[in-house]
Amino acid sequence: MSQATLRIQRISGHAGPVPGEGTQRELQVCKLIDTTTCIGCKACEVACIEWNDLPYAETSFDNTIQTLPETQWNYWNLIKFNEYDHPEHGFMWLMRKDQCMHCAEPGCLEACPSDGAIVQYANGIVDFQQEHCIGCGYCIIGCPFNIPKFNPTTKKVYKCTLCADRVASGLEPACIKACPTGCLHFGTKEDMLHLAEQRVKQLREHYGFTRAGIYDPPGVGGTGVVYILHDATRPEAYGGLPADPHVPWTVRLWKGPLKWLGNLAIAGGLVGVVLHYLRVGPKETHEQGRGESGRPS
Amino acid sequence: MNRAEAEILRYSFGERVNHWIAGLSYIYCLLTGLAFWNPYLFWLAALVGGGPVARFWHPILGVVFVASMAVMWRMWASDMRTSEADRAWLAHMGDYVRNRDEQLPPSDRFNAGQKMFFWLMLLCAALLLLSGIGLWLVDSIPWSLRWLRYTAIWVHVLAGLASIGLFIIHVYMGTAMVRGSFRAMVRGYVSRTWARVHHPLWYERLAR
Repeated sequence: MSQATLRIQRISGHAGPVPGEGTQRELQVCKLIDTTTCIGCKACEVACIEWNDLPYAETSFDNTIQTLPETQWNYWNLIKFNEYDHPEHGFMWLMRKDQCMHCAEPGCLEACPSDGAIVQYANGIVDFQQEHCIGCGYCIIGCPFNIPKFNPTTKKVYKCTLCADRVASGLEPACIKACPTGCLHFGTKEDMLHLAEQRVKQLREHYGFTRAGIYDPPGVGGTGVVYILHDATRPEAYGGLPADPHVPWTVRLWKGPLKWLGNLAIAGGLVGVVLHYLRVGPKETHEQGRGESGRPS
Repeated sequence: MNRAEAEILRYSFGERVNHWIAGLSYIYCLLTGLAFWNPYLFWLAALVGGGPVARFWHPILGVVFVASMAVMWRMWASDMRTSEADRAWLAHMGDYVRNRDEQLPPSDRFNAGQKMFFWLMLLCAALLLLSGIGLWLVDSIPWSLRWLRYTAIWVHVLAGLASIGLFIIHVYMGTAMVRGSFRAMVRGYVSRTWARVHHPLWYERLAR
């Protein structure tokens, strides 16, 4: 689907309708994660490592079922675990599959200085192109979800690709393929939101989760990864999911007004010294007997 | 007259070498920094071997620059000490800018403008180093302390911009405006007239 730009819209000298025209009603893809049916089996973690051929990452034990404290350059998919006292349902184990959220307005992309190192495909996937990455780490600063991770050996940054390679071939991402409970879904954004609404309705009406809801944060223009939460009023309880993520305002101002003010200031400085030279000119000292040009002293 | 009598050593060999280490490492950081600053200037990175190479050397040469600034501080701390006379000089800065030098209070080895440049550049260097370490090791700053990442980028950008302003003025004055000073920083010597006109107190001290 990332090859959607090659889909033929019009054909010259062609009798009749364009074959395949309009068969794809929406380009934007979406991963739906139903945290209410996740059992924390980590099949998605394994599938991610397998498909993307990621080298071994040493795991750590923190007295929970969580594999690592956070995602790593070679560990893009992590089940975040938390014990939570739900106001309606009492004690719960919360499992949330953490990975790149594929924001519609990606902070990483906004912060990146290198031409073509981060791209957003028409299907919404935000992908790092390591051959153009210079390893500055600005994406790490721009991301509101703590996702891009630096590899000190290659000096490049890595993260979940939403299996752009699989999606381009019409396959679902590897994590979706591996999920045994069906808590992971993949399709168009529209379909996934529709499915999520149905599930939230079910959770509210049949299971008494009156705080159930969808996590598709508008602060980053919506995301290509959408969660169903039992308690949408407390996303932070799900392993630190930010309640209202935004591209940091510091990054916005730096890449916006500050850049142009800075450019103006630099240009102003250059113009200023040239004007000074034209108006006032150099300070010359008249040298006796050396024939150096200068004002008579 | 032989050269020793006609000319005065203004900058020792060590001072000159250190100045040019600072100058060249600053220019490298300036060009690569501008490449990271603005997509329209990203081509500057190609001049020094491409983006990844620029990113690799920028912090290392940044440390070289700050280190040479520290050496400069050690060398010139006493000459750069500000005094009451500097206040009077700064009040006449407009005359200096308009080349009405005869109205200026006499300067020692460095005039108040040079002192101001030196201390501001030293401050910029310190801020660039501190924030630069944060950006160099940005992946080591934990998520819970991410405000440090945001602070580091702003401090680095603002100190960098301020240093560019200082750099433009410094290069302009050192090459085009104050004739003889570029030669002084390359070969070390200035004429007696130059010393008497620009730094009379220093000249008197040496002549005494």
